[in-house]
Amino acid sequence: MLSKIWPFTFWKISYWQQWFRVAKSANNVAILNPRQIYILPTRWGLLYATMLIGLLIGSINYSLSLGYYVTFLLASLGNIAMLHTWRNLLHLQISVSNASPVFAGDTATIVLKISETKNRPRYVVAAYFNRQAEIINDIKANDVQLFDIPLTTIKRGLHSLPRLSIYTEFPLSLLHAWAVVDNPFQLLVYPKPAESIYQNNLSADADVQGSSQLTKGDDDFNGHKNYQVGDSPSRVDWKASSRGIGMYTKLYSGAGIHTLWLDWLDTTGDIETRISQLTHWIIDAHATQQTYGLRLPDTELAPNNTEAHYHQALTTLALLS
Amino acid sequence: MNRLLTPQHLKWLLVSLAVVLGTHIPNLPVWVIMASISFGTWRYLLDRYQWAMPKIWALLPITLIICVGIIVTFKGFFGRDASLSLLVVMCSLKLLETKTLRDYMLVIVLAYFLVGNLFLFNQTIATFGLSIAPLILLTATLINISFKDAGKQRDIQFTLKLAAQLLLQAVPVMLILFVLFPRIPGPLWGLPQDANSGMTGLGDSLQFGNISNLTKNSAIAFRVQFKNAVPERNQLYWRGPVLWHQEDRSWTVSSSKIGLQPEIAKVSGNPIQYTMTLEPHNRLWMLMLDLPTLIPQDARLTHDYSVVANKPVRTRLRYDAISFSSYQLGLSLGERERLLSLQINEGENPKTVQLAESWQGLSTVDKINAALKRYREQPFVYTLKPPRLDNNPVDDFLFNTKRGFCEHYATSFVYLMRAAGVPARIVTGYQGGEYNPNGNYYIVRQSDAHAWAEVWLAERGWVRVDPTAAVSPERIENGISDALDETDELPLMARPDYPWLKKAYLNWDTVNNGWNQWVLGYDDKKQLDFLKKLSGKNLNLMHMLIGMVGIIAITMGLTTYFLVKQQKAKLNPAQRLYAQYLKHLKRAGLSQNNGETALDFAARAAKTLPNQQTQIVDIAQRYNVITYSKSAKPELLQALADCIKQLNIPKK
Repeated sequence: MLSKIWPFTFWKISYWQQWFRVAKSANNVAILNPRQIYILPTRWGLLYATMLIGLLIGSINYSLSLGYYVTFLLASLGNIAMLHTWRNLLHLQISVSNASPVFAGDTATIVLKISETKNRPRYVVAAYFNRQAEIINDIKANDVQLFDIPLTTIKRGLHSLPRLSIYTEFPLSLLHAWAVVDNPFQLLVYPKPAESIYQNNLSADADVQGSSQLTKGDDDFNGHKNYQVGDSPSRVDWKASSRGIGMYTKLYSGAGIHTLWLDWLDTTGDIETRISQLTHWIIDAHATQQTYGLRLPDTELAPNNTEAHYHQALTTLALLS
Repeated sequence: MNRLLTPQHLKWLLVSLAVVLGTHIPNLPVWVIMASISFGTWRYLLDRYQWAMPKIWALLPITLIICVGIIVTFKGFFGRDASLSLLVVMCSLKLLETKTLRDYMLVIVLAYFLVGNLFLFNQTIATFGLSIAPLILLTATLINISFKDAGKQRDIQFTLKLAAQLLLQAVPVMLILFVLFPRIPGPLWGLPQDANSGMTGLGDSLQFGNISNLTKNSAIAFRVQFKNAVPERNQLYWRGPVLWHQEDRSWTVSSSKIGLQPEIAKVSGNPIQYTMTLEPHNRLWMLMLDLPTLIPQDARLTHDYSVVANKPVRTRLRYDAISFSSYQLGLSLGERERLLSLQINEGENPKTVQLAESWQGLSTVDKINAALKRYREQPFVYTLKPPRLDNNPVDDFLFNTKRGFCEHYATSFVYLMRAAGVPARIVTGYQGGEYNPNGNYYIVRQSDAHAWAEVWLAERGWVRVDPTAAVSPERIENGISDALDETDELPLMARPDYPWLKKAYLNWDTVNNGWNQWVLGYDDKKQLDFLKKLSGKNLNLMHMLIGMVGIIAITMGLTTYFLVKQQKAKLNPAQRLYAQYLKHLKRAGLSQNNGETALDFAARAAKTLPNQQTQIVDIAQRYNVITYSKSAKPELLQALADCIKQLNIPKK
């Protein structure tokens, strides 16, 4: 809480982040130019500076010429370290690519590509989307290297990536040089599937998961199972429910199990809940290699059972507004 | 942020701390060194055998014991030596709880500070050299810590090389700061008592043994550069404190002289102009050639013509002075002065008094000659190891032992004169000097310390009489090494043997002298003088600061340029040859496109240059063969080179 009260926010780099110049990508490649690299002393750098002031005062007080020499040499060393730290990031080419889509709540793996073109190895360069998950690596001279950066997702949809921070404190840990990279790459996040206790034995009763109004086997009543959130209300045994013996879902078997229609209208709750249910059904249907179609209020996907269809269905749901 | 560090990191830290400790060994009491070594070893063993780190309640008593130890050794916490010891031992104690990056950083920064403290004790070239290794090692340790995980640590060579490179690149700005950073005259506050201990020089009293102890010290007292003619060696009497008061065995600068009128000096002949560079000795004396007339600003002349500074000489002083070798001093002697210069205690040294009384009828000059004749004719020996003297020291020396050093001769002579009714006093100082032809200056050492007498003659005033010259003329003519026999201990540098060593030493002293003048002596005044010479103008603080910032900015710009400039990738021999070939073809207006293979390019080039077709394609093929073979065979390379030589591309 304290950190949110003025002036403490000013101590955090994240507060200033909004004002920083950002390295923009052209053709999905951002080059870290001198203007985009910031540098500040680390707390060790401040400690070092304090020590230097002590040395300077001592040298003045005792009129020590060689005291001045050590003071100035170390001050100059700090200065040189600044150039080296800055140079360690300079002209790196950064691009983000190929993140495969994930379900909301899962951790996406973003592939970061760093190219070194200046014939100079770079040491201990760190990159992160959030500080809890940073990667630290060396970059070889004249080389292109790929790194996976984890990124936790929360909401479905097509998201721009958060700004990527890249920093280094090499060689002396006295200075912190960083750059912020804006990237046009967008990450597709599928909706979070509704939870189901049947996830483990899907194959046994996958056929009942979707609404099958068009299938022929509608009437072949097969038995009951306990009601589960996500089950279609039309299958609930309302009679049993009204007798007060609990909620049951009627189970049917039929011949049309290979063509499922996953219908918006069979879902209940608010939009996100419905989308979650549909996502769940799509995953189940895909896992059991059924042919399924998706019917939404204003679009319809023809039944299919390919990998592309699966992703198309999930993408459609992810982007549903 | 509080990352745990690895055993590898710890080794670097321990090694660099050990080196820092090593450079400080002469400045620390033995127990502090032992304690520091044992804390370091303890920390190493903790890591080696994975023992648990000591708890805070275990460290607290140790800390207390150390504090008590410091207080007992140094009688308190304050002062240079005590604070250094405290810093060193606490820094090594801190190792026992050093686990995280934070602890490491703290210890390293403290160790850098300790390297700076090295120069509190001395600032010789050797100490300067000594400071380089710890600085490189500490920087290397910082680099090592910056490599985050142990698996990625570079080899020792890489780390050390990078550290040395960083420090080398730091030198230009360091030099700029050294020359241009405005020097503030210190001290900002009072220095601790022991800040200037260890300086030696003439005392303000003379006891038997004082000067002969100084003589064993080959430290330099001062250096002199004469502007024109150099006086004869036997005229090189460097005047220090004048002693009037005799009390038992010791002669002192009497406080009863206060209020005496300055003696009047008449000088004649050519002035001797010279520049003195006086080493700090923590006393007031500023040595000058007999007899000083022009004295430096921050000093005054006592009534008996010794020069004293306004505050103890604690830094090396450089001053211009003028003296005259022929002079008359104090033609009239006041009543108080007469009493003071005849003072001897009654009842002491009866034999001496009796001898003096036997000269009653003689004139003053004859009395002096009689005394000197006695020194010359009796078997007196000039030695650094005089025997102990009994309760009547002058009697015992003059009539019994007859072995002594300049202080014995001067004191016994003055005593004899006073007993005979001739006003006399002792002058202490230095006599002689060693010429350094490399730098055209004289070196005067503590071993040249000397004592002589002045007697007052009615017509001539105070006249210098050196009884030592009567016993051992070599001392005055050639210096101390000729005056002593071989059993006397003398500092190595004052000995006559090993001429090559002497020569090497003189060269070294020239370097040292330059170091003193230009590096150590570079203070606020010298800085202003130097910058004035450099720019031809009087510079004020503002100019200096602006100039400094400007030059640093330019230097940083240049450094940045060289740091960022792309290093060319090194070509292997085949690539070098291929580059030649491309250069040939470029003359015909042909250049290889990006992504075009050597063979494709050769085919394209062959179309433009049909008469060279076979050679061009041949070269490309040979190049490919070499490039794709594992190791380039020298004969293949030679063949490729020959082919390229045979190319004959007409200029377009």
